[in-house]
Formats: sequence, C-alpha cells, structure tokens
Amino acid sequence: MREKKLYYIVTFSHTAEAMAFEKKCISENISGRLIPLPVEISAGCGLAWRMTKEEYEKYSEAITGFEGIYTLKM
Amino acid sequence: MIYFDNAATTIHKPEGVKKAVYDSLDTMGNPSRGAHEPSLRASRLVYDTREKLAALLGINDPSRIAFTLNATDALNIAVNFVVSSTDSIITTECEHNSVLRPLYKSGAELTVIRADKLGSIDHDIEIKNNTRAVFINHASNVTGNITDLKKISDLAHRNNALLVVDAAQTAGVIDIKAEETGIDILCFTGHKSLMGPQGTGGIYVRKDIDIKPFRVGGSGIHSFDREQPPHMPDVLEAGTLNCHGIAGLNAALDFIAETGTENIFAREKALADRFISGIRDIKGIRLYGDINAEKRAPIVTLNIDGISSDVLCDRLWTDYGICTRAGAHCAPLMHRALGTDKTGAVRFSFSYFNTEEEIDKGINALRELSEQ
Repeated sequence: MREKKLYYIVTFSHTAEAMAFEKKCISENISGRLIPLPVEISAGCGLAWRMTKEEYEKYSEAITGFEGIYTLKM
Repeated sequence: MIYFDNAATTIHKPEGVKKAVYDSLDTMGNPSRGAHEPSLRASRLVYDTREKLAALLGINDPSRIAFTLNATDALNIAVNFVVSSTDSIITTECEHNSVLRPLYKSGAELTVIRADKLGSIDHDIEIKNNTRAVFINHASNVTGNITDLKKISDLAHRNNALLVVDAAQTAGVIDIKAEETGIDILCFTGHKSLMGPQGTGGIYVRKDIDIKPFRVGGSGIHSFDREQPPHMPDVLEAGTLNCHGIAGLNAALDFIAETGTENIFAREKALADRFISGIRDIKGIRLYGDINAEKRAPIVTLNIDGISSDVLCDRLWTDYGICTRAGAHCAPLMHRALGTDKTGAVRFSFSYFNTEEEIDKGINALRELSEQ
C-alpha cells in the first residue's frame, strides 16, 4: 500500500483565484500542483494546490490570494 | 470578394485565431470542472483571456469580467440586474436594439436623448436624482459617432446613477479605460473589433456592485449550494463556457496587444477617410454621421439618390463582390433621427485587414453604380 505523506493544501474560493495562484507559483518557481479538492476539506473551489511541508515552509511568506490552508495526509 | 461588413462580424481574423480554435478542439477539456491536464488547460486559458481583456480594457481585477455569448447577451444581463419596472432610465436614440429591446421589456420609464441630423447627442444630459442608470454606446453602429464616456460618467455619478456602456463597436479598436472612465458595467463582443470568433463576448462589472445571476446552473464550484455562487465571474457563468471560441479570442487579443489599439485605430481610420474622400463628391450621395470627426469608429453609412439601399447593397455584392449591409441596422431610433427610417442605408465598415486597393475598388463601384 502506498504510504501516506503530509501535504499542505491551499484552497480557493473560486476558479479564477486558483488560476491566479497557479500562475503566481509558476512565475515564482513555487513547487506544487493543482489537484481535485480533497473530500476532507470544504472550500468554494473544486481545485486545491498541493505542496509538501518543506515546500510550504520555504515559500509560506510568498503565498497570498487563497481561501484557506490545511494539512492532510494523503 | 471584398469584405466591408466588419461592424457586423470581422471575417479576416489574425492568423493565430484559426489555429488556436482548431488546436483547442483537440486539447481543451471542461474549464473549472477538473484537475486533469485538459481541464486545467481550459481553466488556464479562460483565466489568461480574462487577464488580457482586463489589460486591454483598463480593468485591474480580471475576475470582474465574465464571458458572455456576445454584447446582446451582456446587455440583457446588465438590464436584468440594473433595471426594474419602477426605475427611471436614460438612454439615447443612438442605441442598438440590443439595448433598446431589453429596456422596453423591463417596463422602466425611459428618457431617450434625441440625436441631431448628424446622429450626435448633446452630452449635457439632464440626469435627475431618481435616475437609476444611463445606458449608452461608445460608438454608434450606424454612424460610427463616438460618445465622450468620461463626460457622461461624471454626470451620471454626480447624480448617483450607474453608467452602463455598450462597447460592441469599439472594444479592440478604440481605447477604453473602464475604471479610469468610471464605467460601472461594460458590455462587449468578441466577434467584431476584438477579431475573435462569434459566440464570445463579455461583461465587466465594477467592484462593489453585487450583480445577481441572469442564469443559474452548473458552476464547477459550491456544488451543494442551492444558489449560484455569488461572486464574479462565476455568478454570471452558469454552464460550460465557449472555451474553443475563447481560445480564438485569446489569440486575437495577442494580436491586438502586439499591434497596439492605437495603430489598429489609425489604420482603420485612414481606410475610412480614404473611402470618404473618394466618394463624397459622387452625385446624389448622402453620408450619415459626423464624418469629419477626428475620432470615430471606421463606419461609413450612405445612400445614393435614385437607388434604393437594398438594391445598392445587392448590386455591390452581385456585380462587384463587395459585402456591405443594407437596411435598418437594428437601430430604429437612430434611423429616425437621420431620416433613413423609410429608406434604410448601406453601411460600409472597415477592418485592419482591408487594403487601400479594396477601398479604391469600393469607391469605383459606387461611382459606377451612381452613374447607371
């Protein structure tokens, strides 16, 4: 069985916010990717940005324009 | 074929538009509905197009722009939200039926500003305290006359009225700074001067206006809510967007940004001026609109005494392969103001991709037809 790993999940209120966030991450070389919103989390947008704990800690100050941030083992 | 019906739809699109539409058919999934690559590709494209439109139209927040089917669709959304049957609304004789018919349907009290024989309005509009909104176009689709939107905006806001602008004839060819001008709601289409495909258009709604949905349905987000998500743009975008069309519009916006709106305008104005210079001494010609104005949309509407407008338009097509538009141009009040409500008129409208040679052929055709 695949071992679960801790991720930081950034959620958005709507798709345009998710798209703006992804664009900013790409331009600032912030790692991670868009995934379907995990069912454990409630958020407006069906897309969420997933990044590792290390990535989040490295870039946390640069991250803006989102609805919420959660941690989740997945 | 020579195509001078660009105020209806531009058919000479930038080369990238066709390719973008074609490629998108193979690559675009459903936007806002998934995290797989085809869906994300569509979502990114939609967002990128919003950003390009925002940059072109002087709007800071791209999410204040929702995609619509065309300008008519956008104007119906605007009227549906802004106007109730007890409201007092100001509009003008220069308007298209895309504004007039939704306003008539609303049952609101309408004050219609008269246009003079050149199709121009006096911009010193009297706006009363109980006026809910002013609905006005940026340029007339019949005469090409331009509205000084800043002046109307100042007047409207001084009296707490909203300014709703129909930019069907100007978006892409004449500079629009929506926020700086104080436009509250801006309606535009993609298939005219924005040089995109039909079925694309949009509506900008100023920040702090909580617009209500016109249609409701799938949004890809907030799926368990009984109501449409309340924020822009999702509040106005129920159902799957026309991503294939938007892909083409995106490519057209690249062309416009690379070329520059001011260069596109200068080119089209030069073509219109060349045409006017070549035809104004034709015996019996009647030119409508303020044709000597420095700034006007590249539209030249005319009649020739002794030839009915439908016959003139048809002979231009059958004898010369020149596409123009005859008839009433969906602007009944403007035709009454110009005195062409019984005769109609023939409209020539030019694009960046027309050539001087085509203009000269158009001049020659009118000359020959006037002598028969």
